[in-house]
Parts: sequence; structure tokens; C-alpha cells
Amino acid sequence: MLSYILCGLYLTAILAAAATGNLRAGNSVMEGAAQAVRFCLTLIGPLCLWSGALELLERCGGAAALSRLLRPLLGRLFPLSAGDEAAFSALTENVSANLLGLGNAATPAGVRCVQRMAAIGATDELGLFTVLNTASIQLLPTTIASLRAAAGARSPFDILPAVLLASLLSVMAGLTAAFVLRRLRP
Amino acid sequence: MLPAILIASLLLAGLVRGVDVYDSLLEGARKGLRVGYALLPPLLALFPALYLLRASGLTELLGAWLAPVFSALGIPEETVLLLLLRPLSGSAAMAAASELITQHGADSLIGRTAAVMLGSSETTLYVAAVYFSAAGVKKSRWAIPAALCADLVCFLSSAWLCRLFWGG
Repeated sequence: MLSYILCGLYLTAILAAAATGNLRAGNSVMEGAAQAVRFCLTLIGPLCLWSGALELLERCGGAAALSRLLRPLLGRLFPLSAGDEAAFSALTENVSANLLGLGNAATPAGVRCVQRMAAIGATDELGLFTVLNTASIQLLPTTIASLRAAAGARSPFDILPAVLLASLLSVMAGLTAAFVLRRLRP
Repeated sequence: MLPAILIASLLLAGLVRGVDVYDSLLEGARKGLRVGYALLPPLLALFPALYLLRASGLTELLGAWLAPVFSALGIPEETVLLLLLRPLSGSAAMAAASELITQHGADSLIGRTAAVMLGSSETTLYVAAVYFSAAGVKKSRWAIPAALCADLVCFLSSAWLCRLFWGG
């Protein structure tokens, strides 16, 4: 997939440069490579700090407590899976890890969840769960804040209200679209 | 103050619960280093292509073509590449957003819009591919259109909210 994207990016850029007569543009690939390393190095510092804070949150039992809190709500959204303990515990584990931004924990739990959902024949809920995972529900956008800090933002987290509102609207749109489309094309 | 208060309250909560807080921070930093290490090769592959695209003038050309549509929707046309790459690849979107943020400034309207778009969305098509193939589902039916609809709402609301909060 990415091979095609990358190839497409290069070819269109070269065609555009030839069309606009901008032949020195080709040298920018070296600048890009240097910038990739600078960007990654400045990003790693804040990234490690937040990764440590999240590790601490997990060891304090934050993810487990959140899973328990989410059970009633998720039970209503996924009634079939709620009847199956293996599917439901993977489901709550995935959603709480996503809320806390623990991507490394979210994906394995999500994979266990969809496999169990497929096994018990909850295909509609499998689709809904995937839609939920393709939207961002992270409460604290630590990677974005790290990226902004690396670029010299005065207060990297000041975008938090906008990120939370946009995430909320997007999740609601995804779930609504899933319910509507399921009615139209069952 | 938010970052310091968050970390301080986590440290306190950890001490109260008898968690080895220092060791947790170290373990987290180790995991963060692994993430950064894994992030570098894709960024090294993608940054040159994105820099080439900008230097070639195509990004501006594309932005100029799409400007009527984008301004009607209230989205800055500079974000066109980010919007196209976001559902496909997380690292490509991150590279595109970081380019916008460094070029226009982290506290500029475009820099903020790029950050909010990146922070409130996921790599939709990649995530859907992982879960559907893990579950052995061949026909995803309504899931992909619904997920892309969520992305569209995310991009529009990100642009509108940023203009509302920091549009001046």
C-alpha cells in the first residue's frame, strides 16, 4: 500500500516540477531526510515523558478502573458481545486503552475482541467496533502535544478542547452513520 | 501548568498505591524510545517525498485548484495533503502535519488546525484492514463508509473549531 503511495508522491512531484520548470526541486529530498531525523529526535523527549506517565497510570490501575466504568455504556452499545465474557472483556480493555492513548495495549485487545465477535456471529457489532476504532477517542493527545512542543509551541496542550470536541463529534458521526447505513443496506 | 500537574498527580497516586513510580517512568521512557526508533525509518522514507512535493510546487497548485471548495467548507487549503494521507498512513500524516506545523508555526492557525486534525482522527483504512483481516471478514459492508464519514466530520469540525478558537 505504502509502496504505491510513495511511488505516486515521487512521480507526481517530478511531473509537477518539470511542468513548472522548477528543476532544482529535486535537491529537497536531502533536506527532507535531514528534517526527518531532527523531527524524530526532538519528538522522542516529550514522547518518552508521556509514555512514562501513561505507564504509571497503568500501574496505578487506571486502565482497569476505566474498563469497569465503561461496562454499562458499552453493554448497551454492544448487547450481543456483552453476553460473552471473553469478547466483552477484550472490548472494554480495548476501549479504555484507546481512551488513555495506550496504543500498544489497544490493538492486541481489539484483535482478540473482533476474533471472538466473529466466532459468536456478532458481525454487526464487529463492524460497529471497527468504526469506533477508526475514530480517535484519546482523552489526552500526548503525541500531538509532543509534536507541538518540539516545534516550539508556547503551550502544547492548549489545543485540547478543540481535539476533544472534534473527536466527540467524529465518533458520534461514525456511530450514527453506522446505524443509518445498516438500516439502508443490511 | 497542565502537564506538570498531571504528572505530579500521577506520581502522588502511585506513591499512595505503593507503585514504584521512578521505575514506571523509566519503563515508559524505554517504551517511548522503542516507539521513536520504530517511527524513524518510515519518516525517513516519507519526509523526502513530502519535501519534494512541496518544492515541486504541486502542493500549492493543488491547494489553488481546490481553494474554492476548501474555502466554501471552511478548511485551510494548505491541509489538503494531510487530509488525503490521514486515512491511509499514520506516519505519512504525521510527516505532513509536522511539515505544516514547522512551516507555519506551532501557534499559527494552520499549525493548530493540522495538529487538531491529526489528534482527533485515526488511520481509518489501516485500522479497518487490521481488524477485518484479523476477524477473517471479507465483506465489510457499511463499516468503511461510516468510518470515512466520521473522518469527514472530524476534519470539518477541526477546521471550524480552530477558526472559532484562534481565528482572530
